[in-house]
Amino acid sequence: MSTLTEAPPALSGSRAPRPTKPTRRRWDLTAIGGVIALIFLAPYLIMLSGAFKSRPEILKVPPTYLPAEWHPENFLTMWGTPETPLPSNLWSTVVISIGGTLLALLAAVPAAYFTARHNFRLKMPFLLLVLITQMLQPTVLASGLFREFVTLELNDTYLSMILVNAAFNLSFAVWIMHSFFSAVPKEIEEAAWLDGCSRLDSMRRIMLPLVWPGIVTTVVFTFIACWNEFAASLILLPTDTNQPLTVALTKFVGQYDSAWQYVFAVSIIGILPVVILFALIEKRLVAGLTAGGVK
Amino acid sequence: MIDPTAAPPKARRRKVTRESTLQALPWLAPALLLIGGVVVYPAGYMFYTSFRDISRFGTDLGWAGWDNYGKVFALGHLPRVFLNTAVWVVGVVLISVLVSLVLAQFLNKTFPGRTVVRLAVIVPWAASVVMTSTIFVYGLDPFYGVINQFLVDTGVMAQPYGFLKNPVSGFLSSAAVAVFVSVPFTTFVILAGLQTVPGDVLEAAQIDGATKAQTYWRVVFPMLRPALAVAALINVINVFNSLPILRTMTGAIPGYDADTTTTLTFKIIQGDRQIDTASALSVINFLVVLIVIAFYLRIVRPMREV
Repeated sequence: MSTLTEAPPALSGSRAPRPTKPTRRRWDLTAIGGVIALIFLAPYLIMLSGAFKSRPEILKVPPTYLPAEWHPENFLTMWGTPETPLPSNLWSTVVISIGGTLLALLAAVPAAYFTARHNFRLKMPFLLLVLITQMLQPTVLASGLFREFVTLELNDTYLSMILVNAAFNLSFAVWIMHSFFSAVPKEIEEAAWLDGCSRLDSMRRIMLPLVWPGIVTTVVFTFIACWNEFAASLILLPTDTNQPLTVALTKFVGQYDSAWQYVFAVSIIGILPVVILFALIEKRLVAGLTAGGVK
Repeated sequence: MIDPTAAPPKARRRKVTRESTLQALPWLAPALLLIGGVVVYPAGYMFYTSFRDISRFGTDLGWAGWDNYGKVFALGHLPRVFLNTAVWVVGVVLISVLVSLVLAQFLNKTFPGRTVVRLAVIVPWAASVVMTSTIFVYGLDPFYGVINQFLVDTGVMAQPYGFLKNPVSGFLSSAAVAVFVSVPFTTFVILAGLQTVPGDVLEAAQIDGATKAQTYWRVVFPMLRPALAVAALINVINVFNSLPILRTMTGAIPGYDADTTTTLTFKIIQGDRQIDTASALSVINFLVVLIVIAFYLRIVRPMREV
């Protein structure tokens, strides 16, 4: 899998200029690109502008594009809004995301390492199971998950959502880590063992630095997936203080005079960090998400 | 799965000896427990529940036979929901793939600022879909909605329109948002596919006098097929399972005219508190997903290379 190698540079840029087509800076394309970027950013610019408006202004008819008065204090006052206990919601999102990510990583790394290094009869069925899991989402199993966690008396706990998030993101973690472990030649490890490195030492000193980018990708992607999870949280977490931000935000929608400025201020906190994290791993994402189906 | 060039298969076979499953177990156990406990078991439990009679408060009242499935198929709005689901999945995936083909082709060109454009395109992919949908709920409001105002100011519409006030336009607006959030992923998969097209092949086509259109349809497009198939199938799953967009944008519309089987399932779980009927509908959804997975496995063919 080509996850370790950088994607080949775009064709026209990497080759020597052809006689018919001298390379030149395509500023015309930059202009089109700017329009495209603006289309994809437009909703988030609306969000950004809305987060700074006063309540009367955001409900004003006709609306304003930019705030007439800027109200950065929205980011402070929103925590006391009556619709939902936002501080608890943020805490819930953070706990579930960190817990889910750690659990997914802890379960995926040993499995990925072993399947990359060893051959055993159940290897194919195991990897197939992982691949099938990747195509399943909590949405389609919501009623089964609900029944299961009610029976276990785990419904309405962080643990239930940590388990769900870890399980449904496990496949991505296994694929990415599997490809990284496979790309490290076994000889490197064996040489370390011959030099007197213990298994644990070689793991820490040789393997870990080599597969570190894979771990970062796994952690970031799983974290974002947990952070944005909605369907299972909706069913499994009925108590408002346990609900993550995604579920909490839906409470604002459908009211006669929603506190949109708070919705957007919270959304900025919910979106900005993950967009930045996402940009860091963008290059390796496709390979993991398509389970290597696209090289 | 694994690039054969990364580790020559010959060396691999020599080094890796077959080991017993017993040795593998401790390494695989955490993953197996998670998949078993939180994916396989609830799937089985859901199947079981779909044949049980469960009270609104969760008490199991015994065997129900096919009653729950009977209740699902007796729902008056079911044909409309099925039709909506088909339109939703086919429409959103088709349009997403078409838009992404063009967008990927564009992003594959070299121009100043391309990285910035690529980063802008991934934002709807990274952002929470609930939050993105919420922005559209606000923006499309006929009174204080900024998008409505923009369409009026630019002369596209004479006056603001209540996009989310009736099922048909609400459903279509939601589909547009679904395309908006699906395009980034689809574009990046196709972009990865475009980068597998070797430069010399393109050059050869050029030397042979192929036009740009001929080069695309005869050389590039055929090589894109695996990427397209994978992108389309993953999108089918995602779009079929999509809950937040329709729930946020059309959830306030009474009735079921803007529902898909997924949003209907959640209405039955939460609104009607009929977990048994919901399980029967979920089993039907699950079968649809399994069919898509079967197609996916045929294309990815994991057994061949791992």
